[in-house]
Amino acid sequence: MKLTLRIWRQHDPDAPGGMAAYDVEGISPDMSFLEMLDTLNERLTVEGQDPVAFDHDCREGICGACSLVINGEAHGPERTTSCQLHMRSFRDGDTIDVEPWRAAAFPVVRDLVVDRGAFDRIIQSGGYVSVPTGAAPEAHATPVPKAAADSAFEHAECIGCGACVAACPNGSAMLFTSAKVNHLGALPQGAPERETRVLDMVAQMDAEGFGGCTLTGECATACPKGIPLTSITAMNREWLRASRKVPRG
Amino acid sequence: MSNPTAYADYTTGEPLADTKAPEGPVEDRWDTRRFTAKLVNPANRRRHTVIVVGTGLAGGSAGATLAEQGYHVVQFCYQDSPRRAHSIAAQGGINAAKNYRNDGDSIHRLFYDTVKGGDFRSRESNVHRLAQISVEIIDQCVAQGVPFAREYGGLLDTRSFGGVQVSRTFYARGQTGQQLLLGAYQALSRQIAAGNVEMHARTEMLDLIVVDGRARGIVARDLVSGEITTHFADAVVLASGGYGNVFYLSTNAMNSNATAIWRAHRRGAHFANPCFTQIHPTCIPRTGDHQSKLTLMSESLRNDGRIWVPRAAGDTRPAAEIPEDERDYYLERIYPSFGNLVPRDIASRAAKNVCDEGRGVGPGGQGVYLDFADAIARLGRKAVEERYGNLFEMYERITAENPYEVPMRIYPAVHYTMGGLWVDYDLQTTIPGLFAIGEANFSDHGANRLGASALMQGLADGYFVLPATVNDYLARNPGHDTPGPEHPAVAAAVAETRERLHRLVGVDGDRSADSFHREIGELMWEYCGMSRNAEGLRKALDRIPQIREEFWRRIKVPGTEGEFNQSLERANRIVDYLELAELMCLDALHRAESCGGHFREESQTPDGEAARRDEEFGYAAAWEFTGTGRAPVLHREDLVFAYVHPTQRSYA
Ligand SMILES: Cc1cc2nc3c(=O)[nH]c(=O)nc-3n(C[C@H](O)[C@H](O)[C@H](O)COP(=O)(O)OP(=O)(O)OC[C@H]3O[C@@H](n4cnc5c(N)ncnc54)[C@H](O)[C@@H]3O)c2cc1C
Ligand code: SF4
Ligand code: FES
Repeated sequence: MKLTLRIWRQHDPDAPGGMAAYDVEGISPDMSFLEMLDTLNERLTVEGQDPVAFDHDCREGICGACSLVINGEAHGPERTTSCQLHMRSFRDGDTIDVEPWRAAAFPVVRDLVVDRGAFDRIIQSGGYVSVPTGAAPEAHATPVPKAAADSAFEHAECIGCGACVAACPNGSAMLFTSAKVNHLGALPQGAPERETRVLDMVAQMDAEGFGGCTLTGECATACPKGIPLTSITAMNREWLRASRKVPRG
Repeated sequence: MSNPTAYADYTTGEPLADTKAPEGPVEDRWDTRRFTAKLVNPANRRRHTVIVVGTGLAGGSAGATLAEQGYHVVQFCYQDSPRRAHSIAAQGGINAAKNYRNDGDSIHRLFYDTVKGGDFRSRESNVHRLAQISVEIIDQCVAQGVPFAREYGGLLDTRSFGGVQVSRTFYARGQTGQQLLLGAYQALSRQIAAGNVEMHARTEMLDLIVVDGRARGIVARDLVSGEITTHFADAVVLASGGYGNVFYLSTNAMNSNATAIWRAHRRGAHFANPCFTQIHPTCIPRTGDHQSKLTLMSESLRNDGRIWVPRAAGDTRPAAEIPEDERDYYLERIYPSFGNLVPRDIASRAAKNVCDEGRGVGPGGQGVYLDFADAIARLGRKAVEERYGNLFEMYERITAENPYEVPMRIYPAVHYTMGGLWVDYDLQTTIPGLFAIGEANFSDHGANRLGASALMQGLADGYFVLPATVNDYLARNPGHDTPGPEHPAVAAAVAETRERLHRLVGVDGDRSADSFHREIGELMWEYCGMSRNAEGLRKALDRIPQIREEFWRRIKVPGTEGEFNQSLERANRIVDYLELAELMCLDALHRAESCGGHFREESQTPDGEAARRDEEFGYAAAWEFTGTGRAPVLHREDLVFAYVHPTQRSYA
């Protein structure tokens, strides 16, 4: 396959950025999208040009590092991560636009790399169960109904990639935040901190400059792990319930 | 440059002994050690700083726990977030001797299975402790909200895994590593929020600072700004994972690397059993030269899939057209009692053998079938989908073939490294104050790791063992002054790091870091991979210094040191692979026996199985660094088996 890539190039957060065009040849349909970028980078390197910076690590769809907007869609045309997208999803001769996540709360670091530290800070604000090492009761002391365990798992599958934010016209982080709130909220282990968790995490999310949610659903469509839109409505209920119980100034 | 024959002429130094494991019955040793360990007064803990490099299962759990105990923790990872460490990719599960199934499991059985599975090249004290702690890990993780698979009664589900006869593997669908890591990450996040952990993401350790014989800090590079920084502490913990990426193609994350442990090795930490690597039998075969990594298909697939190749060499018919009597279900044929469930090393080697005979399938003949047709006929498609649906989907996404209709193609790939920094029972390296945990150390798996045991070890080390032993070290070594940047040892480490990076950028050659990585990887796969012999290893030992010399002449790193520069990151990691590879080959050459994942063609039984030579090689080989390309010194730690008596493994 022969392709034309138009890639966002930006040297650093303060530098102006812009799209630059590159032709690539000899692309196999079996290549992953990132392997296709590898071939471009190999050529740029040997020619002495700066290779395109992008985040990636596991290349298995689980670490959440890869983060490309491909032809205007977060992670591209298939419902998967950028690293698990294969070139057979494109046609010979295509022109493909590659851009970083675009969101006020995710500033560009370089080219296609953004800073998602805001996600870590949302988890730090309450996305955990306070149980120091050694303080745990016997694992079978509290049976957990299978339905609750399964629901917790489905929300816990979030890989923290940020596609939901990138896809949202408002740059909202509601899907990411609700995934953690509902993971821990579904389990008896998460119950004691249920109220403070949702209030603190939502407050942190707002403080980070993510946009408000208007339930357009773009997030759930882009999410490679299938976190459902109902996760957001469930969190809204949790938040209302908690704010009645724990009034805050 | 260095002289390759000189490198292979290693010398033998003083034997090494683990002086920390107490005497007495093996089941009491951990209790005894904890009792004899000195404690740091809780009020004084805040004044102690501990550096933790890595945020995988080992580092994440260690950092969180040390901070909970009151220490000031300074932690590092190269990813943009601690949540993305390579542990996230583990699929299958985590072992624990809970015996919830009442199927005859016990701490002693897990201990026994692990020592035997490791082909009698691990230390009994360590393995027994691991088995003891396994039960506490499950409790801790459940309390954190890790959503393990459960049964309808609400209790935890388990499955049997990796050739053991009890059902002791706890799992969270095919994403156990992800869920365990998020548990550790959340515990760590809580400590970051509390101000007890100072987290440096996108920061790579490039050297260890040793002052007056003790580990006192690290030199790191901020991967965003390129700035070289120094960090000081009273103890340094390396939890930087394994070095499988030396082979270029492996199931490891792309950026997993050996730099932290190799730099520590250069500063005096002995490196043990570097040649012990695990090749996993069920990975998706490579499709071409563009291949950047290999994807594991969980070992659990072997519970229901049948492995076969055509009987005749060069048979290129599609699988469906090959009649039953022209197929060779070779594992079932050679190992009638274990069949498709033989341990990893045996399954991998058997696949290589049939491919070497020209009977491999798929592009390049580097693959064997893993066929679910019988399972689907027996259990129904739905049941197979319930068990393996997500794996089948992943396979189809990568290969564009539907495994419900055509058999999967699989081939072995480098997966895990049992070798690593030598540590004693306290997980302390040969440099006082430097500890190594998780895959970065060599401690518990001997020459072969059993499935679902790495997650167990990482969390045992991080949540339970290290916090106790670091405590003892700090109690015995209180009140050191922090070395300043002007200290000669600090200044030298910083200067060497700067010089190395500057030199990498300055060569301005014509070959990318990746091209060198591929070259060294292919060499290692060929000569130090699934099967090894003296001639091949000598060839590799001749070749590596030449590649190293070429590297320093032809490497091309665009950009500068003082900016975000992924090419520089890669090139710098390859500098270390080019030295580590040499030590791996030497270790493989010197160990003229077969054991576990290390198969020396010269040492096999008449029917082609690995033949151990306990009399000569019943030791762990700990290597001391003497200079790039210079012969290292071998220190032997004799292994004593008082509880599990060495036998030849037999799976026939
Ligand atoms: C695909 C796959 C599946 C697996 N499945 C299983 C399984 O089912 N069960 C099982 O028991 N085991 C499994 N394993 C093995 C297991 O996942 C690993 O051995 C284990 O997770 C290693 O954990 P760790 O904490 O030691 O290191 P890692 O998780 O590799 O973490 C290393 C950390 O160190 C950091 N780091 C590295 N170098 C530097 C540096 N120079 N400076 C700063 N930071 C650095 C990284 O950023 C990272 O945070 C699997 C492995 C693979 C590849
Ligand atoms: S909710 Fe989905 S899209 Fe958003 S961070 Fe999690 S996995 Fe990514
Ligand atoms: S690189 Fe890990 S999810 Fe894509």
